[in-house]
Amino acid sequence: MTELISDELPTKRQTPFDPPAEVTEIREKARISRLKFADGHLGWLVTGHHQVREVLGSPKFTNDPSKHHMLDVRFQGEAPPERRKVEPGMFLSQDPPDHTRLRKMLQGQFTVRRMNQLSEWIGTIVDDQLKHLRSFDGRADLVKEFALPVPSLVICAMLGVDYEERHRFQEDTAKLLSLESTFQEAMDAMGRIQAFMRELVARKKETPGDDMISDLIATGEPTDEEAANMALLLLLAGHETTANMLGIGTFTLLQHPEQLKVLRDEPEIVDNAVEELMRYLSIIHFGPVRTATDDVEIDGHLIKAGDTVLMHVPAANRDPEKFPGNPEELDLRRPANGHVAFGHGIHQCLGQQLARIEMRIGFSKLFQEFPDLRLDVAPQDVPLRTDMGIYGVHSLPVAWSS
Amino acid sequence: MKISVDQSKCCGSGMCVLTDPDLFDQNEDDGTVVLLQEHPDEAHEATAEEAAGLCPAGAITIS
Repeated sequence: MTELISDELPTKRQTPFDPPAEVTEIREKARISRLKFADGHLGWLVTGHHQVREVLGSPKFTNDPSKHHMLDVRFQGEAPPERRKVEPGMFLSQDPPDHTRLRKMLQGQFTVRRMNQLSEWIGTIVDDQLKHLRSFDGRADLVKEFALPVPSLVICAMLGVDYEERHRFQEDTAKLLSLESTFQEAMDAMGRIQAFMRELVARKKETPGDDMISDLIATGEPTDEEAANMALLLLLAGHETTANMLGIGTFTLLQHPEQLKVLRDEPEIVDNAVEELMRYLSIIHFGPVRTATDDVEIDGHLIKAGDTVLMHVPAANRDPEKFPGNPEELDLRRPANGHVAFGHGIHQCLGQQLARIEMRIGFSKLFQEFPDLRLDVAPQDVPLRTDMGIYGVHSLPVAWSS
Repeated sequence: MKISVDQSKCCGSGMCVLTDPDLFDQNEDDGTVVLLQEHPDEAHEATAEEAAGLCPAGAITIS
């Protein structure tokens, strides 16, 4: 079989909400194709929904970054970085049994029931932030005043991080996720956030609070280093992802007034609307990446042990085999269940039930309280996060009638 | 229809509970799946299938 080979991953989007057209073309030719990595490794690009699920669900792949070949775009053509060892507690990068042991310590904190119990509290955070937004007298940056603060306040309170200390991690988080940071810059930013988290764990040991980090330490299960890195993952994942969905999700709805009208006229569909926005936007720019630990056949292709595989979630979430009709269109009434925006397999987003509730309440209340919300710049002037691993908008200037 | 769950595979995503809270629950301590109805009635057969298909860890099987 002749295989389609891409010398590099197309990353330039032609429109704000759609994956690069070249990636869609690749998917329509071959849902599994070959992709060259920075060091010349001939790996794989998976763009089909079913195939992405198969790889992410298979135990024959690792998410240990020291095993991955790297993509050019992350390191701007520099020589592939010194391969990094996974640090204790970074369960996202670990395989079973370490991953299982660490994730289990946290799973009970993020159950559907527990997250539902937080609804009222999250509602008050959203209300307060909307009041704050209104204080801007008719125009503001929605990202700075609403989309970023809401999930940041929520995750900080849950973890027991003082929100006033957010400058200690927010700038460095941005550096860590920037595709334009050099490897060294990203590692330096990581080092500073880790130092902050280690300090926090030490403080919580001394003076425990009613929060997740204190609870985690109290179990006596993780080492201090593990607890610090676990908390770091939750902090990063908790504020960057939902913030970007709220930001670009609002941009999307403002650009699709007929869909926004559907949400206004039928507020009961908000849960499905959240799933559809997740499917349509995906917000991970590209990825995730896995490396085979064993020879494995996926959809008729033999992936050899050591091969690195890049899954393209935005392309998979537009796969017409999974989402028939017109998957390129935003349709808030479409059954969007089964999208892979939260990933699939054992690493599927731990905080997904929290994210769903934050989005449900965030979008509902925003458009209830600001019924005439509109863009305050031309759509082409909204700065897109094409330079970041997590896609979205850097800012979203909006206006309303006071 | 019979539902089987494998707690050792479960990664606590909560997808099953989100899909049908009449059939599934989560353990308070580690978030793993708790099966509430082994033999769902007809009204819950479709959601049982859906939950099995959505489970990220393949911890739910239907027979």
